[in-house]
Amino acid sequence: MDKFVNIENVGQTFDTKKGKFVALRDIHLNIRQGEFIALIGHSGCGKSTLLNLIAGLTQPTSGVLLCDGREIGGPGPERAVVFQNHSLLPWLTCFDNVYLAVERVFSQKESKAKLKQRTHDALALVGLTHAENKFPHEISGGMKQRVGIARALSMQPKVLLMDEPFGALDALTRAKLQDELMKICEATKATVVMVTHDVDEAVLLSDRIVMMTNGPAATIGEILEVNLPRPRTRLTLAHDPAYIDYRAAVLEFLYQKQAHVEKQAA
Amino acid sequence: MSSLTLSSAVGETPTKPVAPVKSAASAPAVVAAAAPAAPVVPRATLGEILMPMLKMLLPPVFGLALFIGIWYVATLGASGLPGPVQTWNEAVVVFSDPFYQNGPNDQGIGWNIMSSLKRVGIGFGIAALVGIPLGFILGRFSFMSDMVNPLISLLRPVSPLAWLPIGLLVFKKADPAATWTIFICSIWPMILNTAQGVQRVPQDYLNVARVLALSEWKVVTKILFPAVLPYMLTGIRLSIGTAWLVIVAAEMLTGGVGIGFWVWDEWNNLKVEHIIIAIFVIGIVGLLLEQLLIQIAKRFSYEHS
Repeated sequence: MDKFVNIENVGQTFDTKKGKFVALRDIHLNIRQGEFIALIGHSGCGKSTLLNLIAGLTQPTSGVLLCDGREIGGPGPERAVVFQNHSLLPWLTCFDNVYLAVERVFSQKESKAKLKQRTHDALALVGLTHAENKFPHEISGGMKQRVGIARALSMQPKVLLMDEPFGALDALTRAKLQDELMKICEATKATVVMVTHDVDEAVLLSDRIVMMTNGPAATIGEILEVNLPRPRTRLTLAHDPAYIDYRAAVLEFLYQKQAHVEKQAA
Repeated sequence: MSSLTLSSAVGETPTKPVAPVKSAASAPAVVAAAAPAAPVVPRATLGEILMPMLKMLLPPVFGLALFIGIWYVATLGASGLPGPVQTWNEAVVVFSDPFYQNGPNDQGIGWNIMSSLKRVGIGFGIAALVGIPLGFILGRFSFMSDMVNPLISLLRPVSPLAWLPIGLLVFKKADPAATWTIFICSIWPMILNTAQGVQRVPQDYLNVARVLALSEWKVVTKILFPAVLPYMLTGIRLSIGTAWLVIVAAEMLTGGVGIGFWVWDEWNNLKVEHIIIAIFVIGIVGLLLEQLLIQIAKRFSYEHS
């Protein structure tokens, strides 16, 4: 499937007190099944807006978005979202947080025991079997984010959407979760769209990096194909000339071509 | 072998004061070494436990003593106001038989408290049954809140006692009329706090609900209700406080049985000691109700993170 997710001529305008604000314009993007896409750009460039459009949380002002041949009319479990701030429900245990999602998607076809098994499996996938019965406030930020990923994966989504999932974590935890995410993607062949502002993260994880121009009226500036063999490890890549070139290309885009963030915004 | 037990026993003495007693039987040599060390440990911990307790209890006890002292001095003259000793003696008599029954207008203080609590319970319960769902509706649909809010703003500042004649007219009886005033005064905080709680449910949680495409029932039970619960309990606490304030006044007007009526009745009998006892009883019951609800709220509060 070459056009698993199909974004055609999408624009997004918001009505604000000061009048119309054009957030996105002329977005064209096709995402293959099993592909890992990173959306990168300066803050305020509308990368989260684009992700919300794919999620169906907001509707585009113009253009159309398709997923697996069907128009995206609203949010749904086939396009699971890992939120930036994990968004776990604080009154449910980790298990129940994931179970809520599993139950929603599979309860019509499967027995309760099977649903529980799926929940256990999802938490085991992110290495949190030991924390199943803990409440979100009892675990660390990295663990919460892993529960968020487990919840999203447990629904067996067609597309996994991640909004700066590791942005709030410290560098070591982030690296660990990136490695886990790569393994999970390898195992599940998931299609992923990830918003990030971390150049290394984008190059390490993605098949393609979608670089966005500065807002307002942001659009896709360049798309970089990352042809690094998988499985990738950060240590070997650190000295890989190709990796260094990709990294340089993204940096160049962000800090040379799109450097004048403050001036444009003002 | 003996040196081994000895060293282990000595090693244990500072942390476990019980240990020397046990090892003393097997190795008598240790006793001499352990005996002076052992009593030091419990004395220090006892002081550590007692001091903060003392510090915590001392100010309130001091305040209470001061209050009673001023009361005692103020009532020394022939003002007709009973002093603390007189009130205490009368309280012993009143509480020695709290559940006597000599006809409808002469009952023990226990019955009076119970019937006031019953009225508050019923009025308050109906207010919760009406107010909490209404609060959910107002919080969820802005049209409804725009429609009802001006009305609530208009009615809320009105003393609930102003509603008592309406209650008497409609129910033709004093007892449900008193309950009706409790209903009126309890319902506002419950509606407003619940509505506010619904409006403040974090958008993140609602986005989770949308992405999972949860049914409306699941949204209410798994997301809205738990998120709103702390606000709701605040509303409940506020209303039970007001309800307990209002019941005394309402019962003074309606008569019958109840702590408020009792106050008025004792005034007519010129038993001022009983009025002072009633003031304390009302205060203590109010305090207990408040504490009970704070404990419930604590049980159901979750930590945001």
